Amino acid sequence: MDAPIITNPKITVRNLDFHYGNFHALKNINLDVPERKVTAFIGPSGCGKSTLLRVFNRMYELYPKQKAKGEVLLDTENILDPRQDLNKLRAKVGMVFQKPTPFPMSIFDNIAFGVNLYENMSRRDMADRVEWALRKAALWDEVNSKLKQSGNSLSGGQQQRLCIARAIAVKPEVLLLDEPASALDPISTAHIEELIHELKADYTILIVTHNMQQAARVSDYTAYMYLGELIEFGDTDMIFTTPRKKATEDYITGKFG
Amino acid sequence: MISLYTRRRFVNALNLIVSMGAMAFGLFWLGWILWTLLARGLPGLTLAVFTQMTPPPGSSGGLLNAIAGSVLMTLLATLIGTPVGILAGTYLAEFGRRGWLAPATRFINDILLSAPSIVIGLFIYEAYVAKVGHFSGWAGSFALALIVIPVVVRTTENMLRLVPNSLREAAAALGAPQWKVIVMITLRASRAGIITGLLLAVARISGETAPLLFTALNNQFWSTDMNRPMANLPNVIFQFAMSPYEDWQRLAWAGALIITFGVLALNIVARVLFRQKTTLH
Repeated sequence: MDAPIITNPKITVRNLDFHYGNFHALKNINLDVPERKVTAFIGPSGCGKSTLLRVFNRMYELYPKQKAKGEVLLDTENILDPRQDLNKLRAKVGMVFQKPTPFPMSIFDNIAFGVNLYENMSRRDMADRVEWALRKAALWDEVNSKLKQSGNSLSGGQQQRLCIARAIAVKPEVLLLDEPASALDPISTAHIEELIHELKADYTILIVTHNMQQAARVSDYTAYMYLGELIEFGDTDMIFTTPRKKATEDYITGKFG
Repeated sequence: MISLYTRRRFVNALNLIVSMGAMAFGLFWLGWILWTLLARGLPGLTLAVFTQMTPPPGSSGGLLNAIAGSVLMTLLATLIGTPVGILAGTYLAEFGRRGWLAPATRFINDILLSAPSIVIGLFIYEAYVAKVGHFSGWAGSFALALIVIPVVVRTTENMLRLVPNSLREAAAALGAPQWKVIVMITLRASRAGIITGLLLAVARISGETAPLLFTALNNQFWSTDMNRPMANLPNVIFQFAMSPYEDWQRLAWAGALIITFGVLALNIVARVLFRQKTTLH
């Protein structure tokens, strides 16, 4: 596969294999994820794109019988090394899930929860950080008068932005978005997409999506995956206009998948 | 031929009627019990019931020592049983995903859950009362605690399992260690259910007679010494209701009324408190 030349990879994947028990879910993945860009992962259900995303913060380790082999470098550190401190890794690599998952606490505490794990802050500083994160997630104007209310009282789209704010508040370097807009209505989706545009100035963003228009709209680079293999990876414009592989073209034009 | 649609409507109506009938059947007996309790208990419910000790036959008195004993032992049993139950339930739901220890514990807990309470009373008699040589309030509390534990273990585990895994993942994704995820997220998310289970356990032990029979025994006089036999409502009710003396029988009805409405009040208060809490966050 002739990959595009990435001069500043934030994440480098080398010979990555992943198993769910006996099932070989990712097959020899090699990939350079550029820094401060949006990289989209597309492909039919079960192709392994979510699995790949969950390798980058080692989320799979919550479950027995899930194993990753190979190398994944964050900057220069191999995060699959068993000596890697999981909590430190997850401070650097934030994640937002498909369904909004507000914690059962106030909007303020939802954001303070993650920050408190790493920093000892005065109440004033914490209030500043919460405001900063909510502004960054374009949610501040909607919630600044009700920070004490439950996170569950927000609408689905607001909850998802709350989750993004929560991930940003920890000041990570990488953001993993696992179909972040698939449970939202078109207006909330548009909000999230605008947000992704603004966030890429500061963060390296990896997004899994089923929506190809979304991938085309928000991403700089796109990876097409199929049956656990990385079929093609390149500049988003190139993937969507002149894909090199027939399989990619078939999927993108809707002939298959 | 009846159309499929008509048939479906008929089956629906039939099911509704049968379900309503079942509900009415249950409510009928409950209503009758409550009615009898009120009719027989209210006349005996005087101020003296709450201020005087259990009387000897033929003289007037109250239930103060029995009420105090019951409250004290129920409280202690809850204090002993709750932490054990919640911690064990948390282990089963959050840590016991691999290995044999959790399934074995769950199985034994289920047996304990359905063990006849008199067996639990006899066990404490053998294990504690016979060793120290006398009946006591402590023994009664231990027996009641043994009834609380399996109920709390069960509800804690069930409630924690209802917490979606996505919530655990979201907290773990922020880098929270497992104990923080459990204490700050999953236990918090299932708080309402766990407290409901706890109340069910309290309701259950406040009416238990058998486990106290061989442990706390009874006491005609005022005593808050946990090392001596202790009066308690269920046993006083049992003793007084079986007696031929009318004063005693009246007190027994009053006692039954107090237990029933005490539990009812506890449940209502908890529910009201909770409704506010859940809307708050």
